[in-house]
Amino acid sequence: MATATKPEPTRRDFLYLATGAVGAVGAAFAAWPFIDQMNPTSAVLALASIEVDITSIQLGQQVVFKWRGHPLFVRRRTPKEIAEARAVPVSELIDPVARNANLPDSAPATDANREFKPEWLVLVGVCTHLGCTPTVSTPQSPQGDYGGWLCHCHGSQYDVAGRVRKGPAPQNLAVPPYSFTSDTKIKVG
Amino acid sequence: MAGHSTYVPASGFERWLDSRLPIMRLMHDTMTTFPTPRNLNIWYTFGGILTFCLAVQIVTGIVLAMHYVPSADMAFNSVEGRIMREVNYGWLIRYIHSNGASMFFLAVYIHMFRGLYYGSYKAPREVIWILGVLIYLLMMATAFFGYVLPWGQMSFWGATVITSLFSALDQVIPHLGSAITSWLWGGFAVGDATLNRFFSLHYLLPFVIAGVVGLHIWALHVPGNNNPLGIDVKGPQDTLPFHPYYTVKDAFYLSLFLILFAAFVFFAPNFFGNPDNAIQANPLVTPQDIVPEWYLLPFYAMLRSIPQKLIGVLVLVGALVTLVFVPWLDTSKVRSCRFRPLMKQCFWLLVLDCVMLGYVGAQSADAALSLGGMQLPLVWLARLGTAYYYGFFWLIMPIVGLIETPKALPESIAKAVLGAKAKA
Ligand code: HEM
Ligand code: FES
Repeated sequence: MATATKPEPTRRDFLYLATGAVGAVGAAFAAWPFIDQMNPTSAVLALASIEVDITSIQLGQQVVFKWRGHPLFVRRRTPKEIAEARAVPVSELIDPVARNANLPDSAPATDANREFKPEWLVLVGVCTHLGCTPTVSTPQSPQGDYGGWLCHCHGSQYDVAGRVRKGPAPQNLAVPPYSFTSDTKIKVG
Repeated sequence: MAGHSTYVPASGFERWLDSRLPIMRLMHDTMTTFPTPRNLNIWYTFGGILTFCLAVQIVTGIVLAMHYVPSADMAFNSVEGRIMREVNYGWLIRYIHSNGASMFFLAVYIHMFRGLYYGSYKAPREVIWILGVLIYLLMMATAFFGYVLPWGQMSFWGATVITSLFSALDQVIPHLGSAITSWLWGGFAVGDATLNRFFSLHYLLPFVIAGVVGLHIWALHVPGNNNPLGIDVKGPQDTLPFHPYYTVKDAFYLSLFLILFAAFVFFAPNFFGNPDNAIQANPLVTPQDIVPEWYLLPFYAMLRSIPQKLIGVLVLVGALVTLVFVPWLDTSKVRSCRFRPLMKQCFWLLVLDCVMLGYVGAQSADAALSLGGMQLPLVWLARLGTAYYYGFFWLIMPIVGLIETPKALPESIAKAVLGAKAKA
């Protein structure tokens, strides 16, 4: 069609456009079930909470449980470790927020905001870099320079409150939603 | 080349078929008479070798899938117990498949460096190159999914680290990255659902690769092969029919390649493997050193060289995406490095650089090299290597092309190969 002037839009142009638009919206709706099926199933979501007994955990020891397929760290800190963690000013931290699911998002990463009871630190044992499990530091076998955890995968370090002190990890180890159901039991999730 | 068919149906049946489905014509024109530069060397046999590798992976993979069970409880035992000990020749088929992946990558790296050296990505072959990069990415995805299937420690933690790369997006849009990782995992962590879908994708992708290989070869057959001189074919005196000249040459080098392949399968079947993968996956304990398969090490070194998560991930992705732009980054009018004295040196430095990055990627994150009492943390080597990799493509390629004086090009392929008396 060799026309010099721009033709007026016709009824046919309108029908083409309308059909195309309806088709595109329909295709998007049809695609959604195929995308959403990959998300966690209802059965997976239902298995989301556990209760653990912490009676046998010794002072200075960490015990690892399994929660939502991830390691869950429960560490009973010594008075020295608590004092060390409390002495760090928030301004020195890479990630200044608490990352505590039990507190508002904006809570600062002071040591007190990282636990309910100073002696008990409960953390998701997933390095916030790429998901490895960091290795716990003990006086017998120190890991890194901050007394907390060292991730062997790419060298991130965490302090005794599980706060990131050396990258590449961008965030503090997460504190999961949990509560003490008695003096010796905690419920996570 | 494209368009000039020399096929003559030999029988009544072939004539009948040719006017209905000209498949014999297609085979004849692409694999028998196809005019091919007469000076192709050993490095041009790797295309054929790669096609063979793909076929080997598909055949052995289909057999493995007959015995493999994609479930977190059963996968490890179905591989290490059933396939390796009980299925007749299961050990052989598995070792061909696992070493086959390494041989496939060895061949693809040679093939890609060949393309870089002879300028095979330059006009009019840009689309061939880009399809090649796509195949390479699909191969990496396929091999990654496959490596997860035996459900060893390295399978599990490799899967965790690689899928967690997406969580870096949290630093761009909060929660986007975490939403993507849990969508990929089908759970809160890598687990049963992840293994199942990775098996499905591992089965699918090789067939997608086969499709893209088809496009790659179709695109190749429009301009025809480049060659070690990098100059255009001027006429029939510069070419030979593909069959028998190159069918035989390809078959000869394929045989040599298969000797190497067989040497690994029979004498060092676990050479490329990681001993941690002979331990069943344990979601609570990360192995001391997480190392990917050798063919991903240079990129892993780049990731680790950056102490910031998002930037590290971008550097890794950028290194791959860079390859797509190569046809437009090179400003030289001359294709082959044979006639580019400066580029030739930069090219070999790039090869060395990739080997060095691979070495660094295999060491632990805090390793250091001691040089006469001095401790050089390897992470600095990785940074240097990453800088050269990016520098090669984004600075050296455009600048050297402008400032370098290339050597004189021969008049024609025939003259260069057959001597001065040949027809130009
Ligand atoms: C592009 C082609 C392919 C590549 C690069 C590839 C790569 C791999 C790799 C690296 C592994 C892990 C090997 C090990 O550690 O044992 C693997 C395992 C596996 N692959 Fe493939 N593969 C390919 C094609 C296929 C196809 C087409 C199928 C099925 C139709 C398949 C089925 C399997 C199965 C069942 C396993 C688990 C058993 C095992 O670990 O040995 N693969 N693949
Ligand atoms: S996963 Fe811990 S530092 Fe990378």
